[in-house]
Amino acid sequence: MSARYGMVIDLDRCAGCGACMVACAAENNVPPASPRATPRTGLTPMLVRKVSNGMEGTARREAFIPITCMHCGNETPCVSVCPQQAVEVDKSTGIVMQMPQRCLGCRYCMAACPYHARYFNWWDPAWPVGMEKSLNPEVAVRMRGVVEKCNLCHARLHSAKEKAAAAGRKEIDHADYIPACVEACPTGAILFGDLSDESDPVFSAAHFPNAFRLLARLGTEPNVYYKSEQAWVRALAERDTERATEGKHV
Amino acid sequence: MSDLLLIDRRWIARGVERTPTMRFVLWLVPWVALLALGIYAAGLCLYYGLNQTNMDNRFAFGMWIFLDLAIIAMGAGAFFTGFLVYILKQADLKPILNSAVVLGFICYSGAVAVLMVDVGQPLRAWFTFWYPNTHSMLTEVTFCISCYLLVLILEYIPVLLRNRQLRKVPSFLVFEHQLHKLVPVLAAVGAFLSFFHQGSLGGLYGVLRGRPFAFRQGFAIWPSTFFLFILSAIAVGPSFLILVTATAETLTGRQLVQPSVFRKLGFISGLLLALYVAVKAIDTLVWLNITSPSLGFGPRDYYSYWPLSSTFLFAVTVPLGLLPALLLIMPTTARKRGWLLLGAALACAGVLLNRFVLTVQTLALPTLAFDQFLRYIPSWQEVATFGGVIAYGVIVYSLSYRYLPLFDPPKGAGKHVSLG
Repeated sequence: MSARYGMVIDLDRCAGCGACMVACAAENNVPPASPRATPRTGLTPMLVRKVSNGMEGTARREAFIPITCMHCGNETPCVSVCPQQAVEVDKSTGIVMQMPQRCLGCRYCMAACPYHARYFNWWDPAWPVGMEKSLNPEVAVRMRGVVEKCNLCHARLHSAKEKAAAAGRKEIDHADYIPACVEACPTGAILFGDLSDESDPVFSAAHFPNAFRLLARLGTEPNVYYKSEQAWVRALAERDTERATEGKHV
Repeated sequence: MSDLLLIDRRWIARGVERTPTMRFVLWLVPWVALLALGIYAAGLCLYYGLNQTNMDNRFAFGMWIFLDLAIIAMGAGAFFTGFLVYILKQADLKPILNSAVVLGFICYSGAVAVLMVDVGQPLRAWFTFWYPNTHSMLTEVTFCISCYLLVLILEYIPVLLRNRQLRKVPSFLVFEHQLHKLVPVLAAVGAFLSFFHQGSLGGLYGVLRGRPFAFRQGFAIWPSTFFLFILSAIAVGPSFLILVTATAETLTGRQLVQPSVFRKLGFISGLLLALYVAVKAIDTLVWLNITSPSLGFGPRDYYSYWPLSSTFLFAVTVPLGLLPALLLIMPTTARKRGWLLLGAALACAGVLLNRFVLTVQTLALPTLAFDQFLRYIPSWQEVATFGGVIAYGVIVYSLSYRYLPLFDPPKGAGKHVSLG
């Protein structure tokens, strides 16, 4: 099996409801935030950001950009820096994996990530009494002092593999492997699939004329694409601030 | 000095004057208090976790990393003086060598102690040796700093064993004698290890492709910051040694080394600093005109945020770069103690600012167009932990000065106002 899993997120469809964030947290046993947590110390492997064209009144335009690990495919910034190989790219899936069991908590990978998509466990994980019954048994809880990030719901990939093996198949059925955020999005804004498979809808979506990637010029080849019909959104993502403030629609 | 006032006389070398014991104890009291506060703060961080700090997911590194990089650069005086004395045969610098070794030991052991608090899982520190990622600059830093700290301990032991009472133990004397024979070898090994880890500390940020403010092209696997950090560390190490020794002279009221030693160290420091400023200027021009634009970032993305504007770039280059280099090189200023010390202080401040810019400014700057410029103020636990390291340094240096032959031969001016 050789795939390059990725996403195409349609920003014109994203309503900013945050269902993807909730689904991600529930699926991956992200603990409730500590009362002392701030927006900068929380655990949000999927984070919906609100952006605008910077204008006021009728010229103002707003959009939502879900940010998650981009699973960079080239010179993956967080992999080469980790001193103890706690981060690696799974060559068979293209997924950038984090091994919390081996993480020292030095946070060098967090400094290296241009998308700020890595999170540190600043507190001991704790759930209100009774809520621990809702934990996902397929996913290990991470301890205090280690880094975590989106792993494209790797536990679901394992389940899909087990199902395929039980059925005597070598390849998984793509319908069996859908990350929680993709499943939860009420507007179907997130398309997930194998970017290396030309027959996969995600492949053609990634090659859509209005598809783009964040900070593409860094050369890290992210496997998360976005698309938008709005020129200012594309310009903002490409750091073209002049076009981003024009607020023109295509 | 009467034995009544100098109740630890038996531990002090013969023929040297030291301040009364009570006065020395009073000098240590505030530093011990600061050390105790530092240990308490570090204990809070270890017990409750790094939520005791003001670092966060965006400001993943904070004050500790900045000051660690800074004191390791300052501690470069140890390996570089050893390199000058034993490899380049600059024997006239030998009188200051023991002091340099103690200073290096303090800087490196203090930095390692803070690093152990700074990681989320200190008990997993050995993982880096067990599962090393040979592509990571941090692996290189960890290996070299650990090995070099061992070298510094081995260099410090002979100094320690020359204490008046410890010399009475025959096996210690033999051990010290044998270890002393190894010192030139240790100096060579120390120099090799230090060149590498000083460079790797620069490489830590220079390899960050995702942080265009820090990312640099370079030679082979090393970004230009690798070489710049080596150069700046060996430039500032001797200056820091001058500053500490001059401070010790002021506090003890004694001349500890000949002024010619200061002038020579100052000249070497100034010359290297001038070279560093020249290379740094070229590097900055290449970065601003070629490397950074190729990643989609321009000067406006870096220097339009107050207070981390281009003023810092100017400050590092001119008033804290070229100016101290000139003060330390020019005979007219280098001959005058005041100008020499000012030059050394400005040189140290320049490298401090350089380390601040690379560590803190890099993380404060946004990368995504819709991100904000961040501010970060360290928590009291962060400040106190580092204060504890400073206190530890002062205590170790004071004890070493009082009980060990740091400056050989001691130049007693006969004053009895020593704080050491």
